Amino acid sequence: MSPEFISSLCDGILMGCVYGVAAMGLTLIWGVMRVVNLGHGAIMALGMFALSLLVAHLGLNPYLALAGVALLGFVCGVGMYWTAVHRLIDAPYLSTLLSTFAVNMMLIGMGTAVFTTTPRNIDFAMRTVRIGALAFPGTRLAAAAIAVLVTAGLHLFLHRSRTGAAIRAVASNRAAAELMGIPSARMLSLSFGIGAMLAAVAGGLIATIFPFTILSGESYQMRSFVVCVLGGLGNPLGALAGGIVLGLLEGGIPFFMPVSWVPVIEFAIFVLVLMVRPTGLFGGER
Amino acid sequence: MSSHPAFTPRAALLLAGLAVVSAGCGRAPSPAADASRVVIGFTASQTGKLNIESARQVNGLTLWIDEVNRGGGVTLADGTAVTFAARYYDDESNKDRIQELYTRLVGDDRARILISPYSSGLADAAAVIAEQYDRIMITAGAASDSTHRKGCRLVYQVYTPASRYLTGAFDLLRALDPKASRVAIVHEKDKFSSDVCDAAKSYGETRGFRIAAFEGYDSGTTDFAPFIGTIPRGADAVMGGGHFADGCTFARQLFEKGAGGKFTALLVAAAEPKFAALGEAARGVIGPSQWEPLCAYSPESARLAGVDWYGPPAAKFIEAYRKRFGEEPSYHSAGGYAAGLLIQRGIEKAGRVETAALKSALDGIDMLTFFGRIAFDVRPDSHGLQIGHEMVYIQWQRNAAGALVRQVVWPEEGRSAPAIYPAR
Repeated sequence: MSPEFISSLCDGILMGCVYGVAAMGLTLIWGVMRVVNLGHGAIMALGMFALSLLVAHLGLNPYLALAGVALLGFVCGVGMYWTAVHRLIDAPYLSTLLSTFAVNMMLIGMGTAVFTTTPRNIDFAMRTVRIGALAFPGTRLAAAAIAVLVTAGLHLFLHRSRTGAAIRAVASNRAAAELMGIPSARMLSLSFGIGAMLAAVAGGLIATIFPFTILSGESYQMRSFVVCVLGGLGNPLGALAGGIVLGLLEGGIPFFMPVSWVPVIEFAIFVLVLMVRPTGLFGGER
Repeated sequence: MSSHPAFTPRAALLLAGLAVVSAGCGRAPSPAADASRVVIGFTASQTGKLNIESARQVNGLTLWIDEVNRGGGVTLADGTAVTFAARYYDDESNKDRIQELYTRLVGDDRARILISPYSSGLADAAAVIAEQYDRIMITAGAASDSTHRKGCRLVYQVYTPASRYLTGAFDLLRALDPKASRVAIVHEKDKFSSDVCDAAKSYGETRGFRIAAFEGYDSGTTDFAPFIGTIPRGADAVMGGGHFADGCTFARQLFEKGAGGKFTALLVAAAEPKFAALGEAARGVIGPSQWEPLCAYSPESARLAGVDWYGPPAAKFIEAYRKRFGEEPSYHSAGGYAAGLLIQRGIEKAGRVETAALKSALDGIDMLTFFGRIAFDVRPDSHGLQIGHEMVYIQWQRNAAGALVRQVVWPEEGRSAPAIYPAR
């Protein structure tokens, strides 16, 4: 294998970790309350702008500012749950789909009015790490490391804390959880908040690497759907694995065919997995 | 006791609603027709990805309008002095809005002369409206050849066409390294960049280069890693790019990945003063430029070329631009100003502002300005294509104080410093 190919695959893995975090938010919300959040991309874009504003106006290190972005994402998610999702939680899927789509359009509209669609950039650079012929931009390494930490944190939270256990109980059987005294509405809003928080953090991490506009979230939302299907809907750890698979595809395909074929292959696999293995390559939570 | 019906809150709301609806149905007040004032209409990308380049172009045009109006305007054959006013809308860097906005400029704002939006894709859409409504349009920031090969009669190009935009980079590379053979081209898949890079590829191949990679990326791409991965190790040069935003990101990621170090030539972005903000990633990058402050066009060079000199010298333009906008002019700024000079010269020659007279005058123009030579192809199948203007190539180099500066490195006769090769 040529160094260019290995380097491209490594880039794919690093970016795949970030895709994984973005998809994790989507898959968590689906897994707990069976809602497809079409506002996910817009929240990612808001995460990008939040990080940019915190860095530009408060002079914070971008990685420290991510804590603020996470908090904002959480608050945004909880607010979105109570305003646009809660009353429809038992309605058919289409209702919540349309409701979150409407929120997406409002967020994008307001964001366009406030921030315009002019590309923004966070003026921040890190050294490139070179290993032989391979070069790894520092921002990608840091983003991937934070993505892995966030995944581990979410896994520990869901599997080692009482609140996490309560969320899993609600996801498993809401009626039974309520009979056991678990406040399901609070758990649902908490889950939605965490899902949005993950989207905002993923957006922030992407903003440290690439320029962005208020419309940037859309392409990452599309990738998140592919990752969710690859990793298994409702499976947060599967999302990370799915993200890495997607990253590998994005890194590897250009060596065999023109780059414009990448989305064609990605979505062909998306359809194939849906048909052949609907629970995803790594199995969805049941 | 009154017999009039009560004026209820509901009736008040209804009346207010009717008032709002009737106001909305009415046309916006049009500017009063004033024979001594020529409205120049255009759209500007005040938002979106073309914002930087478009803003510079508008600045250049604004400066020209200020100066010509301050000088009393242009005197017509009948002795009337006409002044100029700009009317413009934000096109959001979006081609879909162009035709609606240009129709409004002609219809509601009564624009007599049009300036194109920035970029070839948008200008191509605007050209249709100019032809439809019989208006002269100067394509100030649009280099694509194809707009002028569709039978346009009223569209005049200021820039060197796309087919000659990047060809000099191959000449420069050949001059620097006669053994160089492998070139990778990665470009934005928009109309302008595709035209430029298709023409550059053909030209490079005729000069004996092998195009080792030829990839297009979508407008708005931010992750160039897959494209950088396709650049073969040991490629002698990387060329391409598109516009400012993507070009800067591409340059930064090339630097981070250690690719394209020997010779990198990027469209548009590298010629912008703000490109220096990339720091070390900008060093060594070459950019084709329509104009540079170091260009030494003068009345003397006009005399030697046997054409008329027109307009201010470069130093005067640069000083006025700095004073007005507090920044260095780029070639986009100079192009905007040159579009104004072209209109001015055309009206002076025609002595009228009517489209037919102005067209006749513009067809016959061959002049040298601080921006370079301006003359048009008047054959029906390529009418309005720029045939006088030539590109220059700049390279970002560090000066003695360590600051990044642009140096003209090609053509050889106009260079301000030798090109650094390999650049890194």
